[in-house]
Amino acid sequence: MLKLGKRLSLLLLLVVSSTAWSELVIRVTQGNDKPTIVAVSPIALNGIAVKQDIAAIVEADLERSGLFRATPRRDMLAFPSRSSEVYYRDWRMLGTEYLVVGSMRAIDGGRYELEFSLLNVTAQKREFKHSVRGRANEMRDLAHLVSDKVYQAITGIKGAFSTRIAYVTATRTNGKFTYRLNVADADGAREKLMLESPEPIMSPSWAPNGKDLAYVSFETGRPAVFRQNLVTGARQQLTNFKGLNGAPSWSPDGSKMALVLSKDGNPEIYQLDLRSNQFSRLTRHFAIDTEPTWMPDGKHILFTSDRGGTPQIYKLNVASKATERLTFRGNYNARASLAPDGRTLALVHRESGVFHIASFDLKTRRLIELTETRLDESPTVAPNGAMLMYATKQGDRGVLAAVSLDAGVRYVLPARVGDVREPAWSPFLR
Amino acid sequence: MKTSFSKTGLATILFSLVLAGCSSAPVEETSTDIEDTSVQTGQVDTSAIDDSAMESSADTVFYFDFDKALLKPESRAALLEHAASLSSNPRSVRLEGHADERGTREYNMALGERRANAVKEFLVLQGVSAGMIEVISYGEERAASYGSNDSAWALNRRVELK
Repeated sequence: MLKLGKRLSLLLLLVVSSTAWSELVIRVTQGNDKPTIVAVSPIALNGIAVKQDIAAIVEADLERSGLFRATPRRDMLAFPSRSSEVYYRDWRMLGTEYLVVGSMRAIDGGRYELEFSLLNVTAQKREFKHSVRGRANEMRDLAHLVSDKVYQAITGIKGAFSTRIAYVTATRTNGKFTYRLNVADADGAREKLMLESPEPIMSPSWAPNGKDLAYVSFETGRPAVFRQNLVTGARQQLTNFKGLNGAPSWSPDGSKMALVLSKDGNPEIYQLDLRSNQFSRLTRHFAIDTEPTWMPDGKHILFTSDRGGTPQIYKLNVASKATERLTFRGNYNARASLAPDGRTLALVHRESGVFHIASFDLKTRRLIELTETRLDESPTVAPNGAMLMYATKQGDRGVLAAVSLDAGVRYVLPARVGDVREPAWSPFLR
Repeated sequence: MKTSFSKTGLATILFSLVLAGCSSAPVEETSTDIEDTSVQTGQVDTSAIDDSAMESSADTVFYFDFDKALLKPESRAALLEHAASLSSNPRSVRLEGHADERGTREYNMALGERRANAVKEFLVLQGVSAGMIEVISYGEERAASYGSNDSAWALNRRVELK
């Protein structure tokens, strides 16, 4: 009974905290030199009560990419909701290159349909018409789907606005720590608490299906790897070895997990077969081997090792166990995160005592520094390869920031309370 | 607009394809349905966590240099005292290894463990039973001192004997 009471109060706390600390707020600090001007006309609601301003969410999505600037709503001469209502000349005078119009209607079973079009103002023609359907509580999802379609039509790159990020926050009050694992939309909205613990939570990693997360939790008093389903909340402890149990990374087909165990005396990369629950050892070296990440072919793993004297990135052939050192510039290159092209790596690089995020081209072996702050870590690349998110410090506080892979676009997502760290960008979810 | 996408040749090709498709083909009419992707919170069973009692006379915190796991000479006297007390009066102890915030979190987990193992090896060489010593690393997750400066970092690169 006592235990049930405790559980209930914990649950209450979870509910309260998820509203009190919700919403990361985004500031774009640097954009593209010549952004495309796009106008998003307010969506015609036809009497349907919608709490969110869908057009404003789409504008914010597109602006956050750094490639677009939105025509301010106050400058608009009319709010058309279908292409037949559009006077192209009015929009051309505002400098608008593309216009999004749309309208909402109720359909069966409490669901709504948002039909929208992308109009090319310069060419005076419709690029496409599309409709998205969802429930009343899915208006943000509908908005992000609009952003994805518009972004892809204009840039040719698949939009990643409908994706999510997982991250860890830590707060300390009266010497007591609270660690939280959260999942939010890629724009920081709709933050949901996955797990709360007085002991550290680390290294969130998405399953390729976008429905499971693996992470490290110290809740048993020792580090252990867990997996948790986002939809059901069901959790499963995957490891319970002496020493380190860390750095989980799902294989591209989701059937295996690479992770780090030090049960043999020092940190080695292991592979866990998630069907048979069998562990097999992949590295054999007295140095530190850690931070495995799979390459898209499922046959190679990149990892960090200090076997050469300083931490550097190595490539491991899973079948032959052969390793090859990839990075040589500087005395600290660690925690590789691979872009979906399978060729560009984001990593943590130290130059003159300062830790930056850098990109590393696996083909040309060229390393380019992308960030200018000094304690940058945990890079994670968006599934469309356009941006990467990382953790950095503002004053004494940990915040998340993002930069495009060509370093032209930057934004920061500060949290209201505590340190935010270890972002993990989800795969495409639909 | 074009220069920003020229980085990826493929993107430029796709871009042209999209434009080409739009100019010739009739207007594309497609639709997408949203599937339920709601998020549920998990639960930590906090009843399993216990704080082990501490019992000490000599210093119980030992400090290290950046990216190093070598014991410092000034740690020696206190460690010898602990070794003597643990050999004559065996009890289980826990060595918690820590790192400063610089560098990556999982690498720092490994570094914290390497430091705790250095202390363990010293104690075992002095006759303490290895089976009585548990090593655990917290990496940079449990700072002793907050602040991003040399003095805070020096206090955080440590092993605590508990």
